[in-house]
Amino acid sequence: MPDLKTKYLGLELKNPVVASSGPLCKDVGAILKMEDAGVSAVVLHSLFEEQINLESNELDRFLSKDENSFAEALQYFPDMRGYNIGPDGYLEHIRKAKEAADIPVIGSLNGVSTGGWIRYAKLIEEAGADGLELNVYYMPTDPELTSNRVEQMYADLVSHVKASIHIPVAVKLGPFFSAIPNMARRLDGAGADALVLFNRFYQPDFDLEALEVVPGLALSDSGELLMRLHWVAVLFGKVKADMAITGGVHTAEDVVKSMMAGARVAMTTSALLRHGPDYPAKLIGNLIGWMEKHEYASIAQMQGSMSQRAVAEPAAFERANYMKVLSSYAPLA
Amino acid sequence: MTRPKVTIDGNEAAAYVAHKVNEVIAIYPITPSSPMGEWSDQWSSENQPNIWGTIPHVIEMQSEGGASASLHGALQGGALGTTFTSAQGLMLMIPSMFKIAGELTATVIHVAARSLAAHALSIFGDHQDVMAVRPTGFALLASNSIQEVMDTALIATAATLEARVPFVHFFDGFRTSHEVNNIEQLAVEDMRAMIDDDLVRRHRERALSPERPVIRGTAQNPDVYFQGRETVNSYYLACPAIVQNAMDKFAAITGRQYNLFDYVGAPDAERVIVLMASGAETAHETVDYLVGRGEKVGIVKVRLYRPFSIEHFVKALPPTVKSIVVLDRTKEPGAVGEPLYTDVVTALNEAIVAGAAPFQAMPRIIGGRYGLSSKEFTPAMVKAVFDEAGKAAPKNHFTIGINDDVTHTSLDYDADFSTEDPKTVRALFYGLGADGTVGANKNSIKIIGEDTDNNAQGYFVYDSKKSGSVTISHLRFGPKLLRSTYLITKANFIACHQFSFLEKLDVLKNAGPGAVFLLNSQYGPDEVWDKIPRKVQEQIIGKKLRFYVIDGYAVGKETGMGGRINTIMQTCFFAISGVLPPDDAIAAIKNSIKKTYGRRGEAVVQKNFAAVDAALDHLHQVKVPATATSAIEMLPPVPAAAPEFVRKTLGPIIAGDGDSVPVSAFPVDGTFPSATTQWEKRNISLEIPEWDEILCIQCGKCILVCPHAVIRAKVYSAEALAGAPEKFKAVEARWKDFKERKYTLQVAPEDCTGCSLCVEVCPVKDKTEPKRKAINMVPQVPIRAQEAANWDFFLSIPETDRTALSMSQVKDVQLLRPLFEFSGACGGCGETPYIKLMTQLFGDRAVITNATGCSSIYGANLPTTPYCMNGDGRGPAWSNSLFEDNAEFGLGVRLALDKQNEYARELCVRLAGALGDELVKGILEAGQSNEAGVAAQRERIKALKGKLTGVNTTEAKDLLSVADALVKKSVWMFGGDGWAYDIGYGGLDHVLSTGRNVNLLVLDTEVYSNTGGQMSKATPRGAVAKFAAGGKPAAKKDLAMMAIPYGNVYVARVAMGANDMHTLKAFLEAEAWNGPSLIIAYSHCIAHGYDLVHGLEQQKLAVQSAYWPLFRYNPALAKDGKNPFQLDSKAPALPLEKYVYNETRYTMLIHSNPEAAKRLLVEAQADVHARWKIYEHWSKMPAGVEAKKEAPKEA
Repeated sequence: MPDLKTKYLGLELKNPVVASSGPLCKDVGAILKMEDAGVSAVVLHSLFEEQINLESNELDRFLSKDENSFAEALQYFPDMRGYNIGPDGYLEHIRKAKEAADIPVIGSLNGVSTGGWIRYAKLIEEAGADGLELNVYYMPTDPELTSNRVEQMYADLVSHVKASIHIPVAVKLGPFFSAIPNMARRLDGAGADALVLFNRFYQPDFDLEALEVVPGLALSDSGELLMRLHWVAVLFGKVKADMAITGGVHTAEDVVKSMMAGARVAMTTSALLRHGPDYPAKLIGNLIGWMEKHEYASIAQMQGSMSQRAVAEPAAFERANYMKVLSSYAPLA
Repeated sequence: MTRPKVTIDGNEAAAYVAHKVNEVIAIYPITPSSPMGEWSDQWSSENQPNIWGTIPHVIEMQSEGGASASLHGALQGGALGTTFTSAQGLMLMIPSMFKIAGELTATVIHVAARSLAAHALSIFGDHQDVMAVRPTGFALLASNSIQEVMDTALIATAATLEARVPFVHFFDGFRTSHEVNNIEQLAVEDMRAMIDDDLVRRHRERALSPERPVIRGTAQNPDVYFQGRETVNSYYLACPAIVQNAMDKFAAITGRQYNLFDYVGAPDAERVIVLMASGAETAHETVDYLVGRGEKVGIVKVRLYRPFSIEHFVKALPPTVKSIVVLDRTKEPGAVGEPLYTDVVTALNEAIVAGAAPFQAMPRIIGGRYGLSSKEFTPAMVKAVFDEAGKAAPKNHFTIGINDDVTHTSLDYDADFSTEDPKTVRALFYGLGADGTVGANKNSIKIIGEDTDNNAQGYFVYDSKKSGSVTISHLRFGPKLLRSTYLITKANFIACHQFSFLEKLDVLKNAGPGAVFLLNSQYGPDEVWDKIPRKVQEQIIGKKLRFYVIDGYAVGKETGMGGRINTIMQTCFFAISGVLPPDDAIAAIKNSIKKTYGRRGEAVVQKNFAAVDAALDHLHQVKVPATATSAIEMLPPVPAAAPEFVRKTLGPIIAGDGDSVPVSAFPVDGTFPSATTQWEKRNISLEIPEWDEILCIQCGKCILVCPHAVIRAKVYSAEALAGAPEKFKAVEARWKDFKERKYTLQVAPEDCTGCSLCVEVCPVKDKTEPKRKAINMVPQVPIRAQEAANWDFFLSIPETDRTALSMSQVKDVQLLRPLFEFSGACGGCGETPYIKLMTQLFGDRAVITNATGCSSIYGANLPTTPYCMNGDGRGPAWSNSLFEDNAEFGLGVRLALDKQNEYARELCVRLAGALGDELVKGILEAGQSNEAGVAAQRERIKALKGKLTGVNTTEAKDLLSVADALVKKSVWMFGGDGWAYDIGYGGLDHVLSTGRNVNLLVLDTEVYSNTGGQMSKATPRGAVAKFAAGGKPAAKKDLAMMAIPYGNVYVARVAMGANDMHTLKAFLEAEAWNGPSLIIAYSHCIAHGYDLVHGLEQQKLAVQSAYWPLFRYNPALAKDGKNPFQLDSKAPALPLEKYVYNETRYTMLIHSNPEAAKRLLVEAQADVHARWKIYEHWSKMPAGVEAKKEAPKEA
């Protein structure tokens, strides 16, 4: 049996298959099922600072709305002594997940303010998370905002959080940077322990009948893996931080490719949603099968083996490859 | 013992003790006592125990009658029990009260005393209700202030257990129930010391128990009932001493001494006023002032009014008294005098006869009435009463505080007389309901009352509108105990939180010389002067006011507070008033923010902190010029063109000067003209809709949903456009039957509340810019004058001919003139569109009876009335009787109309010879099923009246007086779910069973909206409401399914936002059905906790999730052999949570009790499926199944 062990965020993991942040991670029962099915770690769903603020503001707005306006009805709701508003539910979830599961539990945070990032990062650490994934989801829409400024915001955020907590910190990034290697290096410099490539952004769709913009997010497929393989392969050896691939990991082959590109772990969500929390057992079984068939002794053996610096044709990851692809394109007959 | 200082109102003070010393609490909402029940429910749901460590059971009943009956039962079961009520609620308790007292049962009912509905309803305070329960055998014990409410609640409970006489503990509605004051809170130890557990156990021993069975409540005959009734005498004789003992014991524990009758004043007083409750505090303050100036005056505060102890009363009077004035806060028409007056006369007479009085000669006693419906009672009035008492021939049975220019009962008084202590700071704040002013002032009172050595008092005045309402906060604080139970008239700080008030309200009327004036102004210190009305400038200069401005909205916008400028203005108040050192003030405000909002989350706290921090940078003092130069004048309350009654009677009320209107200006029987809202141009919205005539497809949906009838449309001939204002819009009408005619959709710019429902419902989107619709919100000010002119012109265009329209099409119905307009309902109200629709369809021949509630308040709360008339002078006749009796009341109207119709028909036959057979035949056989038929009948009746006029026979005169009943009348009963599902259900059910032709419209908001959102049986499972703080555990009652089995009742469940055509059909079918009809209308409401601009969308989701299936049960179909049950919406297409979790009433349970929320959602979803199955089954019943019912076969 090949050695599946890998190391990510300073954690010794029994294999490279990690449950990525997703809806299944909201339920401790599902986490246990995924653990039983073999995942080596779980990244919890994100704690959204904005959502906490929104819930808090909404509750306040509607409890306050129309109060003290009309003599017969000074309030319209009983104002209770306490509300379960804020991070408490999430933190409790970490505690319960940690208590129930033996695998590492990585928290995930999506903040909106520096104060919020730091406050909630500390709370997640205190709740017992083994690591923290920063789910940075920033969509610049202001034409005055430069790319340099945006990149600096990312770097500053990572250094602020790193300075505040002791558990390892991963940064989940989107693919929309002018210079990903430089961005990765800046995050490296800021202290990121891992880079998670890439976030899948919600992309709005149009309802043509109602002329409305509607949010949309479809499950990924293996096709989405390619961009991730590309960038991990390029970055491998150029950054200190561990790398994780998320998005498009559906099959054992996808896991293998991720490892070969240079990732320490391959994270999966869509496949779990599609096939259920037991699916990792099959995935890992197939991974072992593939490794045995191809006589790989360990995951470590393959990690980075197809990275830019390791392959025979490094230019395949560069512009030359683009031209090659274009010239080889032939329309379907 | 140290007791905490708390800043609370009278209701909370009473509820605090009541919840601590009882085991069963039966509640029902009624203003102004509802908060006592709300607190009790909330504390029990938060597991707060009573003094015995157990949590009281709190149960909401279907009416006050139900509450008192279950209280009676709980007491008979051996529990310590209580209830809370006011006014009509207390009236409904009377039968149980006789029983409770007759059986010598210990209990205390806490009453926020309130006016009774007579010529009009009033929610405000006086003693009519408690005076009406005098004969029940309950002891009546009064509290005069917030501290006294807490203290007396305990004294009463201690006393009732010993006396076995039940108590009504009462205090003045609003003045005491709602005044916020800093008081010393009784400790649990105090209550343990006051309540004798042996007496509690004896109370339990008297309970009904099969372990020691007894029979209680026998029927007795002439031989013994009388003797039995006299058995209680010794208990009543002992009661006063027991109460006094309890008061003495209380004094030993707390240091606060009360007596059955407390005398205050000169020991050698010659003139003494006797009175009860909050007015006694003002009188106390006045007496202190007058005695300090050498006057020989005093007052007797009556605390224990029943049983009335002559002995204690007489002892309280100074022996020097020569003249006594008894003030009653009630009216007993036709009586020798009001009750306290006659009691005092009798008491003194008996005392003198018995030789028990401290004086030989009977003092002169006069009586007077004051303070009805919270009418102001001021030191100036007290002084006038003392002055009257000193006159050689004083007026007896006088009134004080009004101008009775009809029977001349009123005393004059010098309004400038003041006893305000110069060390007391008096601050007035004018705010808009939505800006949070009152809430911030309540916090300020807390800060001052608890963080300084000052006494602090807050009292809040609200207008009667549910949208754009004005609030006035009256704050006093100072080193002296505050007894001023009257509004501030000489303020040394006035804040106006809305710039627009300056042109409508005389904000500075009550500013004292040298006062501070703080204005929320978008104009800075250098430009504001020219933007304020001339009168305001003159007042600032004349009174030498210090004038400050702050742009509160700018700070609100900067800090995410939006329009809630409360903490911003509060910070400025503290900064300018200097009541605390600046840093301490900021710290105290932040601390209070944390206390108030902390539990709602850090984001809210931080937002408020940011507002506090930013406020002072925007505060500026204005350099006041020496002369008034403004060209801006204050607006008259109503235009000069308004009718005389509107100008002379309603105008002053609108301007906030209703107190000055004399008796002669009012109708004698409570009858007011309709159609007066049109004169009250409120201009409350900053944004109003603007019609895009190019995009518009003329569907009429915006008109249909507009809650305030401010959007209208007409189709008319082009000639009518002659003389139109330049910007008046008109396009070709898109009707195939109205070709070459014009169409205009017009907004009433000064009446719109800005709710945006019209924009939301508009189905049209601009193809190049989809956010733009055929109607769009735009700033009001720039187009106000232009659109006001357009509106006036629009009204002058002839109405579209009703007989040419199809009543079954929304597109056509939009052209019908609504006969309900510009009501004071909430912006975005979900009820009023249904009412408006009814008036469009049948308003010209409708009589409406309206259960008390939101619809009666926005339907007829003065100053103005929204029901109006068409061009012929016809429109709905409207009346409100009570909350509980509306169905029966409406049925009575139907019976009268039916009888008159029958008599008129009989007379027509009898007079056929004189009238002509053809006319009589036409009248008797008239088909009035459509507009044309009704119009034709009206013509016949006109002819009939013509023939009858001048005929001097009894029958002719009679026929003339009932002839109008020959035209079809439509009788409607309106009310909310509190009426239909709860308090009025018995009557509603009975009325449905009579088969009479009435139409009941249930505006189902699923809570008691008018009193602040208490649970009703219409409240859905899992929703949080007042009285259901832990989420309602039971399913909503299916009222429709309770009516359908009658078989001859038309029943429809509608939701206009989900399907307007369906709603329209239901109204038409209900009215057409010659029998009872019940329409249950989904009405979104502010008590649901979301932005009502999404109200229609929520209605859709309610229907799509099958939470609110649409259907019609039409008995007319059964007669034709068809299935009368038509299910008009589809099977559940959405999980319930997609609908419910858009509303705070559901989501707040997720935050306060997630486990319960989860469980109740699952149960509620199951309810939906179960009900759907039943409805589906009904809808699939084979046609004619009812008609073919077979007799059961013998076995």
